[in-house]
Amino acid sequence: MSNTITSQEQDTQVVHEAHGEHHHHETFITKYVFSQDHKMIAKQFLITGMIWAIIGGLFSVLFRLQLGYPESTFPWLEDLLGHWAKGGKLQPEFYYALVTMHGTILVFFVLTAGLSGTFANFLIPLQIGARDMASPMLNMLSYWFFFLASVIMFSSLFVQTGPASGGWTIYPPLSALGDASSGSKIGMDLWLVSMAMFIVSSLLGGLNYISTILNMRTKGMSMTRLPLTIWALFFTAVLGVLSFPVLLSGAILLLFDRNLGTSFFLSDIVVAGKILPNEGGSAILFQHLFWFLGHPEVYIILLPAMGMSSEIISVSSRKPIFGYMAMVGSLFAIAILAFLVWAHHMFVTGLNPFLGAFFVLLTLLIAVPSAIKVFNWLTTLWRASIRFTPQMLFAIGFVSMFISGGLTGIFLGNSALDIHLHDTYFVVAHFHIVMGVASFMGMFAGVYHWFPKMYGRYMNQTLGYIHFWITIIGAYLIFWPMHYEGLAGMPRRYYDFSMWESFKMFAGLNQFISFVSMIVFAGQLLFVVNFFYSIFKGRKVTTTNPWGSNTLEWTTPIRPGHGNWAGEIPEVHRGAYDYGKDGREFIPQTEAVGANESHH
Amino acid sequence: MGTLIMEQRKRIHPHKFTLWVAIASIVMMFAGFTSAYIVKRNQANWFTFEIPIILWYSTAVIVASSFTLWLAEKKFKKREMAVYRQLLTVTFLLGILFVALQILGFYTLHKSGLTLQKNVSISFLYIIVGVHALHVIGGIIALVIMFAKAFSSQVRSYNVVPLEVMSTYWHFVDFLWIYLLIFLLMIR
Repeated sequence: MSNTITSQEQDTQVVHEAHGEHHHHETFITKYVFSQDHKMIAKQFLITGMIWAIIGGLFSVLFRLQLGYPESTFPWLEDLLGHWAKGGKLQPEFYYALVTMHGTILVFFVLTAGLSGTFANFLIPLQIGARDMASPMLNMLSYWFFFLASVIMFSSLFVQTGPASGGWTIYPPLSALGDASSGSKIGMDLWLVSMAMFIVSSLLGGLNYISTILNMRTKGMSMTRLPLTIWALFFTAVLGVLSFPVLLSGAILLLFDRNLGTSFFLSDIVVAGKILPNEGGSAILFQHLFWFLGHPEVYIILLPAMGMSSEIISVSSRKPIFGYMAMVGSLFAIAILAFLVWAHHMFVTGLNPFLGAFFVLLTLLIAVPSAIKVFNWLTTLWRASIRFTPQMLFAIGFVSMFISGGLTGIFLGNSALDIHLHDTYFVVAHFHIVMGVASFMGMFAGVYHWFPKMYGRYMNQTLGYIHFWITIIGAYLIFWPMHYEGLAGMPRRYYDFSMWESFKMFAGLNQFISFVSMIVFAGQLLFVVNFFYSIFKGRKVTTTNPWGSNTLEWTTPIRPGHGNWAGEIPEVHRGAYDYGKDGREFIPQTEAVGANESHH
Repeated sequence: MGTLIMEQRKRIHPHKFTLWVAIASIVMMFAGFTSAYIVKRNQANWFTFEIPIILWYSTAVIVASSFTLWLAEKKFKKREMAVYRQLLTVTFLLGILFVALQILGFYTLHKSGLTLQKNVSISFLYIIVGVHALHVIGGIIALVIMFAKAFSSQVRSYNVVPLEVMSTYWHFVDFLWIYLLIFLLMIR
């Protein structure tokens, strides 16, 4: 790794000198490790996120192996996992550990830190016209807290009793009592400490993003001229800053229950025939605190993908985004509603049905801004001269996934239906499509689109196309059948379905899903190879604005140094979406408005 | 980095703005604790008890510390550095005294049999007061940094922004404490 980075370093220096930029005194440590440059921090988030995505994805393949082939044994599995897979068969307690870690890793470490951390850091200063974040120091700390959280979570994979295994939602009492299961022991402690570090990281990042967007825009960059990526990242940061602290308060109460004998969430519990002294606690209280973060968290994951897809769809359609203000307004509406629907995760907890009706109404209301966004994307594509680059395919793939997964959200938002569908594979299918795969699509689109700005080289297009088709076909083949399984009542989180007469008929389908998941996982490795190969060997970017885009990041040198613009920061005269106006293909934001220019 | 920031057009200093967002975030955490408290209060097995009198003394102390810090900020702006340093020292001592009084409050509660594990209502009091005290300690650490700057012969900075950021935070934890005390007195 070290000598490859050195060659990259020389490369950057050459570019710096070519652009006559004054060079700060930077050592390897301040440039690549404890960097305060937002672009380097973004790359650190991206690469750490990719490593986590590989680990989290591999876990899903391993537990799919158990679900698809419950009666087979794989001797190589024991070589790989040791006592987790005694006799070549995944043990039930480690099956739960893998499911829990898969959820935790993908939701928090990949699609929160890896997605927001990467693109908020990379795009905010570049697209608003700032030299760096409001506080580069806090920004650096944000990454290193995330790194610390990563190291702690990773180390929990190697403890004797295994990592946390109570599900990514860590409901008590499983998470509050060390004796409840093997994953409730030290693995759970490490999970909580790691998540505390993670929350600190998200908060430091979010504070910085909000402050930077509101205070550091260049001359002429009014809020209504901001690219939609920035609006989306702004609402994402607001959601994070206001919802993560509530999870932190829940986690603090949980830590006290676990370690200091309090009874916030525990009451009248019997473990192994012994009655515990805890009285007066309520496990449901934890669910309220958890889902008050948990639901906004869904949008923390989704909004950046929405913003990037909006930008990429407009640029690659050579058309202005349809209904810019409606797009901003619907992002705002989604952000507000995100805080008011958490109890729809709790319809079967004995929630007052009257209160349930209120949450049903608010949940279904989300369909309105979501539909506005979908129709605006589709009308942007309508009669456009579309460039089917890999990033455009992934952006369209995002819209496809968002529609498919959003529609099943309307099913689940109804409490009457949810009583049947709760905790079945229907839910698994819904959230994997609408938030998991959709956000991955947006993230891939972003990486393919901004890779030339990050590394001064292009990613390989052919590999990009193969990657796209494997991903979208594979994702639908995996998750579509799960809807049928869920409607038939097949519950999630079960270790082995072969014991139930009613689920035996799904044995073939489960095997098929597991088989496709392996292919899709292999397809993602293609992306990883493409990414790292292209950093060093990709086709070089020779023009500053390869996609013909209006936004400010394409006015910087091909490989911008710390400070982004060599001379003055450009002034902005127009919105970000003047494509195909007055017979011109695109008009950059820096161009002054002409005397005879039309308005639209 | 300062020069880079100075180039930008700005209405409010970004560091101050960042602090206000951080304050919103801290408020949300306490909203989490206090709403959990309200939910639990309506359930069985809730226990009512008197708030120790020491917490009233500590309230007086933290209000006084806010006042001395406010005076210090005024003196700093008038370049009366000797008085500024004295007032900063007084604020620091009052901050330490506040935390000490909170710990003393815990001690008297514990001695009178109201231990952390006795009832959820008491557990909540320990946690809300404790987490608030941690935020005051954070303020004290910031104060120590200001203190070191003010007494160091190398640093001759008349930049008022760090002081303003620090004092806004300090007044916030003061205000937060008064709110929490009223909350704990009113809702039992």
